[in-house]
Amino acid sequence: MKIVVCIKQVPDSTAKMVVEGGKVSWGDAPMIMNPWDEYAVEAALQQKEALGGTLTVVSIGDESTKEALKRALAMGADDAILISDPALGYLDTQGIALILVTTIKKIGAVDMAFFGRQAIDADAGLVPVQAARLLGWPALTLASVIKIEGGNVRVERGIEEGRQIVTSKLPVVFSLTKDFGEPRYPSFMGIRKAARAEIPTWSLSGLGIPAPVPVIAWPEIMNPPVKEVTCEFITGSSPEEIAETLSSKILAEKVL
Amino acid sequence: MNTFVFIDHFKGTALPASWEAVGVGKTLGNVTALIFGSGVEALGKTAFEFGADEVLLADDPALADYRAEAFAATLSKLAGERTPDLLLFPTTTRGRELAGMVAIDLKTGVMVDVTALEAVGDKITVTRPIYAGKLLTKETCSTKPQIITLRGRAFPKPPQQAGKSGTLTKIPAVAGDFPTKVEGYTTSESGVSLADANVIVSGGRGVSNNPALTPPAGLDEKAADIWRAQQGFALVKDLAASLGAAVGASRAAVDGGYISYAHQVGQTGKVVSPDVYFALGISGAIQHLAGMRTSKMIVAINRDPEAPIFKLARYGVVGDLFQIAPALTAAFKKKMGK
Repeated sequence: MKIVVCIKQVPDSTAKMVVEGGKVSWGDAPMIMNPWDEYAVEAALQQKEALGGTLTVVSIGDESTKEALKRALAMGADDAILISDPALGYLDTQGIALILVTTIKKIGAVDMAFFGRQAIDADAGLVPVQAARLLGWPALTLASVIKIEGGNVRVERGIEEGRQIVTSKLPVVFSLTKDFGEPRYPSFMGIRKAARAEIPTWSLSGLGIPAPVPVIAWPEIMNPPVKEVTCEFITGSSPEEIAETLSSKILAEKVL
Repeated sequence: MNTFVFIDHFKGTALPASWEAVGVGKTLGNVTALIFGSGVEALGKTAFEFGADEVLLADDPALADYRAEAFAATLSKLAGERTPDLLLFPTTTRGRELAGMVAIDLKTGVMVDVTALEAVGDKITVTRPIYAGKLLTKETCSTKPQIITLRGRAFPKPPQQAGKSGTLTKIPAVAGDFPTKVEGYTTSESGVSLADANVIVSGGRGVSNNPALTPPAGLDEKAADIWRAQQGFALVKDLAASLGAAVGASRAAVDGGYISYAHQVGQTGKVVSPDVYFALGISGAIQHLAGMRTSKMIVAINRDPEAPIFKLARYGVVGDLFQIAPALTAAFKKKMGK
């Protein structure tokens, strides 16, 4: 099996984000592998272990993005590719999907591609399905259980109403959620291997495409309005008295 | 402006955000509701009552279960032929992925999970949260049709006017050999979906440490911890039941194994915006606050008076949730006649 995982490097989820002078800042918070993508790496590793084959991890970004790729290598991916090019600036999801799909096609004979459900920075959650559409492969999104046998795929996927159980055939695109199960920690050997790894950089000319022109623009990024709330602390001589006061105050606001 | 609105439903029951999208479409002009499924003609009638001018109904056994590829094929063909200015979807699981696929088919883009929009002529500028709501961005799309998914509860649900009707046109589903088949469903344990809930009662790590409880003999430390937390979550669920509310949880509670991931609110869970959010034993880590900060009213119960959750809360109680939550449940039951 030839397996690809597409990941993104993002500011840590604990980062306090602010807009200063029109620019997004996350202070000294570290850049990490997008947390959802860790589940994608885990799911891909499990398939590799079950079916054999190679696992390649791919990301678009600058040189610093190699850190996220190295984490995936340390978790057990076989090799990594960084897509980087001075011509790449802001990309919309359509552009990201196009670059990743072109990469997957260039890798060639890929059986499955794994994505996290969305990146915690732009929060779009579109790239997995858009990549699937460009590839012409089924998109099995929000997967929590994946079983593959003889090219047949069976997935349980999270929907509003519970889980939908679907079958399909390889090649497919998966997107993963936390429901899949905890991602593994990199092993000591894995970390050593990743530290030594030379990660190749592919440019747009290597992929044979021009820089995608975004159709979605972000003309302005803003801090959210600050909610002025003063907490009214409810006290009383017993839990019952506190409950009585609190319930009366909430009901008086007619929000229930 | 001519707007297509995709009505997302499960077995004929529409997700409420679909009607909110019809309402938004009506503020911009003419609304055509798209209803795909099998035996779902009754939804067309409802769509007219919520304000749709026209309904396009693809009623076909092949569309009985939602399959992204089958739905996207029919949707893209329709939009390609009828060239609406705007396609609106609710930001649901199905709505989001269909929007993404149709954008590829129609060579345009998606503005996703939008919470506000304004139109100048037929050009729309939207506002949407990024970084789980830690920031907001404005977005525009330079190509047509513009495709937007609307966050549930961000826009008002239009009034339902009984008896209102319009033109319903039946259209064929695009036939195709789609490799994906639906085998069945397992339903969610909780009755109320977090995204649609008016009221949410959430529990955090704090629900696991009731000092008054002694776990049954023979449990190891981890099992005893989960047992304690389950007793605690029973109180959270009781309060939720007394209010007809959905049950939420912090990441700490989910990671602790106290409750399933489907309940997680926050940056790596669900982003919610109910009228009232009860936070029980939740300190308010930034990732959790990101997922519920737009709730209209937050009520927090926590032992720690310094817990960050109180900075967002309208009402706070510093105290023992194991005593206060049951008392609050009893008070609401009495006052609300339930």
